[in-house]
Amino acid sequence: MAEPLISARNVSRVYRMGSEEVHALRDATLDITGGQYVSIIGPSGSGKSTFFNIVGGLDRPTSGDVFVEGYRLADLNSSQLAWFRCHKIGFIFQSFNLIMTMTALENVAIARVFSGSSLHEAKDRAAAVLERVGLGHRLHHLPSQVSGGQQQRIAIARALVNEPLIILADEPTGNLDLHTGQEIINLLAEMKRDLGITVITATHDMKMLSASDTVVELRSGAIERVATSEEMNITVGTIDGHTVM
Amino acid sequence: MANNAAIPEQVHIPWITASIISWAGLKRRLLRSLITMTGVILAIAFLTYMLTVQSVTGSLVKLNDNELNILLQDAGVDILAGTSTDRLTLLLLGLSLLTCMVGIVNSMLMSVTERVKEIGTLKCLGARDLFIVQTYLIESSLQGICGTLLGLFLGSIVAIATLLKGYGHYVFVSFPVLSVAQSLAISFVCGSLISVLAAIAPAYIAAKKQPVEALRVEE
Repeated sequence: MAEPLISARNVSRVYRMGSEEVHALRDATLDITGGQYVSIIGPSGSGKSTFFNIVGGLDRPTSGDVFVEGYRLADLNSSQLAWFRCHKIGFIFQSFNLIMTMTALENVAIARVFSGSSLHEAKDRAAAVLERVGLGHRLHHLPSQVSGGQQQRIAIARALVNEPLIILADEPTGNLDLHTGQEIINLLAEMKRDLGITVITATHDMKMLSASDTVVELRSGAIERVATSEEMNITVGTIDGHTVM
Repeated sequence: MANNAAIPEQVHIPWITASIISWAGLKRRLLRSLITMTGVILAIAFLTYMLTVQSVTGSLVKLNDNELNILLQDAGVDILAGTSTDRLTLLLLGLSLLTCMVGIVNSMLMSVTERVKEIGTLKCLGARDLFIVQTYLIESSLQGICGTLLGLFLGSIVAIATLLKGYGHYVFVSFPVLSVAQSLAISFVCGSLISVLAAIAPAYIAAKKQPVEALRVEE
């Protein structure tokens, strides 16, 4: 079997809330092969975001190890982690997290600037990626001037601009209506298929699992099960008469 | 499992690039920038006014013209003391600059709180702490320099208008160009300097925000 792209080994994360200890992750061990679409499901507070933060190099586990592409994240200093996030990871958030004072083009270009491009090169590249996600006609709009679905597309373009290995999407459809949400999922699945990017999404919406190769279920910080989406045996629903599952 | 190729350190964003990005942001937050700038404009206008009036009256006293001396005494100028700045004026100037600086610190800190999510997002995208520091220092300096220039303009206009009203044509008889230029230079340096100094602590606080905490903030 091929070496996994992401390998989490007995990862635990404990937060201190005053005198109380909160176990956000308990002894989680998981391998993710590259080029898959993985959905992590579980109720809020089950540790999905913590898992994302740790894999994305934003947070460090209390114990255990995480390897991405063979790099042990614990060995990296903060500047190397910034490089890692910039070149290897594309983050997508529930609330889009676009910079409201920047146009679509600038929001995407700034991520490219962090990878060492000049402003001019970054804008050229950003325009091409925005075109790719279907926003070629919205380059100079501010986030407040476009719809939620389009804002999330800008965020996807921003995540793609440095050709990452992994896209980490934390509840990417949480602020979108069902139809727009499905379009975003389809776009992510397309990126996986066409660019070979590993897409990992967190969701508690079962309707968003259709594109997944693998579904990981988290419960109270522990991995409850890992299954293919067929094995999850999720009931089929429809949107606008089209079959979703 | 170990990957032996070392992960490089993240690149540093050139100051010029950071300045272009900050300038674009300031322009889109124009109203907010103007409010912050108003403090600088007023303080620097006050400083410029005081220094200019002092320079000019100083040189008027030196003329020792009888008619002028009466005007000067009417205006409350101590013609025997010459140009020495009195302590009350110095205290007022110091206080106005201090108030201005506290104002900038306050609005920069508010801006850090408001933009905590933005800072977290930038860090997710690979921004180094230094980039956040750059952004805040550049924003404050740009605001400071613009505010200072406007303050210089406002202060000198008001000063010259007041002087003309008080002493008429005498103002031009011995206009102390060098000394007024010096006053303007002092005001410019003060304005720019306090804007940068005031931003240091907020910039540091912003840069130390952890992205995980920042992203947890709900809008």
